[in-house]
Amino acid sequence: MSSLYEGPVQNLVDELGRLPGIGPKSAQRIAYHILKSPTEDAARLADALTEAKARVTWCQTCFNLAEGAECSFCRDDRRDRTIICVVEEPRDIVAIERTREFYGRYHVLQGAISPIEGIGPEQLRIHEILLRIEPEGVEEVILATNPNIEGEATAMYLAKLLKPLGIKVTRIASGLPVGGDLEYADEITLGRALEGRREV
Amino acid sequence: MPGLYRDEGIVLRTIKLGEADRIITFFTAETGKVRAVAKGVRKSGSRFGARLDPGSHVALQCYRGRDLDVVTQVETIDAFRSVREDYDSLVHAAAMFEVVDQFSPDREPNPSLFRMLLGALKTLNSTPSPVIAPAFFWKVLALEGLAPLLDACVRCGESDGPFPALDLTEGGVLCVECGALGGRRISPEGLALLVMLLGGGLHIVMAEPPASVVINEIEILGVHAVEHHIERRMRSAALL
Ligand SMILES: [Zn+2]
Ligand SMILES: [Zn+2]
Repeated sequence: MSSLYEGPVQNLVDELGRLPGIGPKSAQRIAYHILKSPTEDAARLADALTEAKARVTWCQTCFNLAEGAECSFCRDDRRDRTIICVVEEPRDIVAIERTREFYGRYHVLQGAISPIEGIGPEQLRIHEILLRIEPEGVEEVILATNPNIEGEATAMYLAKLLKPLGIKVTRIASGLPVGGDLEYADEITLGRALEGRREV
Repeated sequence: MPGLYRDEGIVLRTIKLGEADRIITFFTAETGKVRAVAKGVRKSGSRFGARLDPGSHVALQCYRGRDLDVVTQVETIDAFRSVREDYDSLVHAAAMFEVVDQFSPDREPNPSLFRMLLGALKTLNSTPSPVIAPAFFWKVLALEGLAPLLDACVRCGESDGPFPALDLTEGGVLCVECGALGGRRISPEGLALLVMLLGGGLHIVMAEPPASVVINEIEILGVHAVEHHIERRMRSAALL
């Protein structure tokens, strides 16, 4: 987009437009919204950005977001050290926590292997997980990467890496979404749901 | 012209769009490379499900938009599950998709390339082998009129071997003398493999595969040859 605005407005539009999922039009809309809103609101947003960026870092153990050296899950002694759930992004932890079904700890890869985009294991926090197995006495690793091509490639790679260590490696199940209709299920999802069927 | 159209295609790649959508790049039988938006495909429970993941062979219906097309219906013809569920096969398939993507301008029909890609995927799915992807790279180059000259020195015309080098700029092998001045090294076994693959001997090679170091050599040379012609790096090659 060519520069239609004066310096500071254009800077704001440009910066907003660099955020993920924000196209030029949305960037313009958000910029107008900020400019129209009271000065205190804009200052609060600016403070929130500065403070978060200054105080939040990556957990040195699991690479989740953390204030300080370790995240709240790694600091919490009530959580089971022997089981680690591997996810792609910190937001996946939020999703798993909402289930209230998991009491272990996490490992955040900060992305997924993408053969098509050329993102390989060395660009992720994959090998850091190996350093945790012994010291933390890990007995099971749950691979909870996304059930898409990249997440599956990542899970396959991790399985190959971890299985020789003699620990239990599991993959979250794929299947039909609860509340959905069988007839709309795609062949891969339905095929896996059949394979993963269980006796009732 | 706007309107609905039907075609069959193979998903080459997808990129995220907004909160829940993706732009899908298809290589279709009739229209060549087409990009279309799949709305809501990233939500679990989407009616598209896994049908629009890279590597799926699908029958599709799209709406031809002014800017981007929109996917309206998809049915799986073959999900190539064995490719998807094997790390090495997936990495090889990804490289084949990138080659097709890079060699194909938008909406330029290339039914031969479509059949080649479909054939390579079917082979990779039923009988995975590390030689399928390199064979594909070289055969795509040949299809585009870029097959290397392999039976005589491309600089001086000398037709007696040995030919220890391959010159990607000139597009052929070099004799000992010319090869001393440039080109990339190629082993006699590598050259023999390349001759077999370009001569349509993939199935013979797969029945009695050469040492993996020879396959790697021809794969790396294939990547270099592709990169030479597309004038940029192949991203997927990083994982090969
Ligand atoms: Zn942590
Ligand atoms: Zn010569």
